[in-house]
This record gives sequence, structure tokens and C-alpha cells, in this order.
Amino acid sequence: MHPAFSVIFLTTLIGVGQGLFLALFSSQAYTSVNVLPTQPGDYYAVGGLIALLFLVGGLIASIFHLGHPERAWRAATKWRTSWLSREVIALPAVMGLIALYALVNWLGLDYDLYGLGLSGQVALSVGAAGVAATLALFLCTAMIYAAIKFLQEWASALTVVNYFLLGTASGFTFATAYAALRAPDLASFYGGWAIALSIAALLTRSASLFRNARIKRVSTLQTAIGVRHTHVRQRSMGMMGGAYNTREYFHGRTVAFLKSVKWVFLILVFPVPVLLLWAGLANASTALLILAFAVQYLGLLFERWFFFAQANHPQNLYYQVVG
Amino acid sequence: MTQLALVIDLNVCVGCHACVTSCKQWNTSGEAGPLFDDNPYGRDPTGTFFNRVQTYEVGEYPCTETLHFPKSCLHCEDPPCVPVCPTGASYKRKEDGIVLVDYDKCIGCKYCSWACPYGARELDEKQQVMKKCTLCVDRIYDTRIPEDRRKPACVISCPTSARLFGDVHDPESDVSIAIRESGGYPLMPEWGTKPSNHYLPRRKTKMRIHEDELVRADNPLRKEDIRHEVSKDATLDDWLM
Repeated sequence: MHPAFSVIFLTTLIGVGQGLFLALFSSQAYTSVNVLPTQPGDYYAVGGLIALLFLVGGLIASIFHLGHPERAWRAATKWRTSWLSREVIALPAVMGLIALYALVNWLGLDYDLYGLGLSGQVALSVGAAGVAATLALFLCTAMIYAAIKFLQEWASALTVVNYFLLGTASGFTFATAYAALRAPDLASFYGGWAIALSIAALLTRSASLFRNARIKRVSTLQTAIGVRHTHVRQRSMGMMGGAYNTREYFHGRTVAFLKSVKWVFLILVFPVPVLLLWAGLANASTALLILAFAVQYLGLLFERWFFFAQANHPQNLYYQVVG
Repeated sequence: MTQLALVIDLNVCVGCHACVTSCKQWNTSGEAGPLFDDNPYGRDPTGTFFNRVQTYEVGEYPCTETLHFPKSCLHCEDPPCVPVCPTGASYKRKEDGIVLVDYDKCIGCKYCSWACPYGARELDEKQQVMKKCTLCVDRIYDTRIPEDRRKPACVISCPTSARLFGDVHDPESDVSIAIRESGGYPLMPEWGTKPSNHYLPRRKTKMRIHEDELVRADNPLRKEDIRHEVSKDATLDDWLM
């Protein structure tokens, strides 16, 4: 497929936003039972606002993917059948709940909702709804790709797992840098999880690379045109100037370029940020932690480009030869 | 239930592209607006087409065969492009099974084109909506057109009648009989899309003749062969017997 930058930024930015929110929520949940030191409400409010900005950034990026963004409201109508429609509903739901979570923390609203005598019950209740919506959004985003069964590189449970782990890893890495600035007590909590999630993502992403390198194609030129012969080749695709079919489904790069992007993202997303996180936490260096996030996000842009470019659409069987 | 479809006879198609140009002409002149052409007379012309004729070579030289292969939307009975549409702009008509795009609802997200394994959909770069073969829905029901001309433009224009049009759910229609009796097949059956359009294979007329049929077992000459072998010392009797 031809990687569109709008979708690359959409999926990576909302991944960071969702991961950051999960990080904030999990730390607040831990503080409520005194596993982690308590933080003032504005720490979570500002963090939630930043998560919201990442999601807004993703939403703005997605607009550039649409031919008619002014009709985008219609995209919420077919949620019964379309994962894209479900994403269109889940994204504003996540944004609304994160905004509410930030607001509750900013105003310091608290009430003993469940009679437990613990603090932060309102914020955590709103946050729990936000977590459910966030997980649903991860599922919707990934299923848009995993649900197309003939895009065999995508049609796998690993796609869902990777979207979740890569998003949360980058979000926790960002949370580590944020905590280093605002709440140094929490940095090692986030950092530890960021390292664990990055390593888990390395394993699952490698598994999908391993799987994709061994795909047995279901469609062949023989099934595409219905001629049973071992030697069939195209002589003409019926046009010389190119069309949507030749632009949308090909990445237009060499195999060597594709391979190099794979190694770039494998290095930038996993070992470099993990080492920077470790060094940043060990030396209490905020600069290294910020660098860890910057490197990992840059790597994720390469990862997402590769994710799209690697998918081989069966329609390409019909567009092999100009002439 | 009606399911309108095309049946394309690859045995007859000569690859003249008449269906391509007539399709473009009809569909660029309709109420839905033109099919965009970018740089049509320039170095890199490109544009939106509903139909293409491709050419394949089957076999290895010198035993090769040229196959001309017209390709358009197959109007699948279970179209994967329809459920993925987030707006409902992509839909399959209940009354005749034609898969259509509502250009006023389409947001141009391209997801349906990803979900079509055949690459039958094209985004119009000018109107920024998804376009595809409509089976000339604005022609086949137009009562101002003489009844025998109420067929898709590609079917009318085909000089060799390689394209048949009709209801594939009616077992006695021309298209159903052609599929049934001439080996009609769907494309990429492995994805379960159940394409309505079918293709008729290249056919060769061959006669299988058994050896018995070449040598007449009951040849009377053989039955009544009363000649005898001639002895070395031939006598007059040998000739008279």
C-alpha cells in the first residue's frame, strides 16, 4: 500500500495520547492506594491536557486523509459494520473522557462515591471510563487494518497487539519525560513500564515481521484472471499513464529502501529509547528522557510507514506491466 | 431477487478497448459529473476509468496464447467494499444487486478501495469521491432509450458481442445459460466475495477420434477378401481360382 502521511501521523499521535492517558490513570490509581506518592490534581490535569492535545493532533492529521472532511460527521453512521465508523465514534469519546478527567483533577472534585474512604474516587471513576474507551479505540484503530482479510500482512491478531503495545510504550515514554519535569517521584514508575512495554512491543512486532516474511499468498495471477497455467504474465495493464490503481496500492520504493526502513525503526523504536530511558532514570536526566521520547516517536513514524508499505494488495496482480 | 451482471467471453474478446472508450464517454457525460482526466494530452495523462482491457500472455514461446481481459467492478453478491464504508455511501441495491456509491455521502476516505481485492474502485481526483462501474444504471432504466438499447454502454459497443448483460439469478437468462453451458467462472473465488460478473474461458473446438473410427472394423473388403497367396511356382490355376 502507499503510506499516507495523514494516517501515519493519526495513528502514531493518538497512540501516544492514549498511552499517556493510561500512564496517568495507572499512576493515579496507584497513588490512591498509597503505592506511589500522591501528586497534586493539576499534575494529572496538565498531563490529561497534553494527552488531549496529542489526540487533537491526530484528529487534525486525519482530516488531510479525507476528500470531503466537511462530511466527516456522516462517518459515525455505519458503526454496526465498519471499524472505521467505530473509530470515528471512539476517538471523540476518548477525547471527551480525557478532557473530563483533566477537568475533574483540575477542579479537585472528590466525593466518597463508593464509601471506601479513599481519595480521588471521582477522578478515577471518570478515568476508568476513559480507560475502557481508550482500549476500545486501540481495538478500532487496529481492526480497521486487521479486518481486511486479503491484506494478509495486516489480517492478524498481532496487528491489534502491536497497535496497543506501540501506543502504550510511546505514551509511557512521554509520561516518563513529563514526570521528570513535574513529578520526579513517578519517573521511575513510568520509565519501568515504558521499558517493559517497549520490550514487549519489540517481541510482538518481531513476531509480525517473522510472520509476514513467510506469508503464503492466497491469490495468484492464475486466480486473478482464472487461467490455469503455470506460465501467465501480464503484457499490458490497459493504460500507460498510471491511475489510482497504480498510485494507491504501491509504495513506489525499492526493496532495499523498504528493508532499510525496517532496520531504522527496529533500532529507533526499541533499543535506543530503552537505553536512553535507562540512562535518563539512572542519571536523573530530564534531557535524556525527552530525547528517549523524541527518538521513539520518530522511530514510530518509520514503523508506521513500513506497516503500510509492506502490505501487498491483491489488486496489484492486475497492475504489473505498463505497455 | 434480481442480480444484474456482465458475462465477458474471453474467447471472443479481441482487446479493441471499445468498451473502455464507450464506458468513459457515457459516464463522463452523465448527471453525476465528468470522470476526471488530468493532463489528458500531456506527458503523463491519467484519469478515472470504470473499465480497462488488459492483456496477458499464457504459456511460453512458441506455445503462447494472448488473452485480452476486460476488468471492471464485479458487483459481488457479498461485496467487501460495502460494510467497511463508514458513511453508508457505498451500498448494494436490493432491487437489482448493483453496487453503487452515493457521491453526496462519500467522504473520500478510500477505505472501500482498500477493501476491494480486485481494485475496481478509483478515487476521482477532482471530485474527491470514490467512483466505480454503475452498470450504466442511468441508462438501463431510461425509458427514453429504445428498449433494445437499454444496456450498459460497454455491452452495446462491443463489436464482437463478447459482453453479455442480464440477470444472473434468473436461471433461464442468456447470462445464466452462458455461465452454465460455457464454463463461466468468477475471479478470485478464494475471498468469498461471490462476484456476479462471470468470465467465459478461452475455448478450442476439438474432436476426439478413436483409432477404431479411423480403421473400419467391418470393412466389407476385409470380410470378402478371397484372394490367396501366390505360390512360388505359379501356375495358370493360381490366376483362375
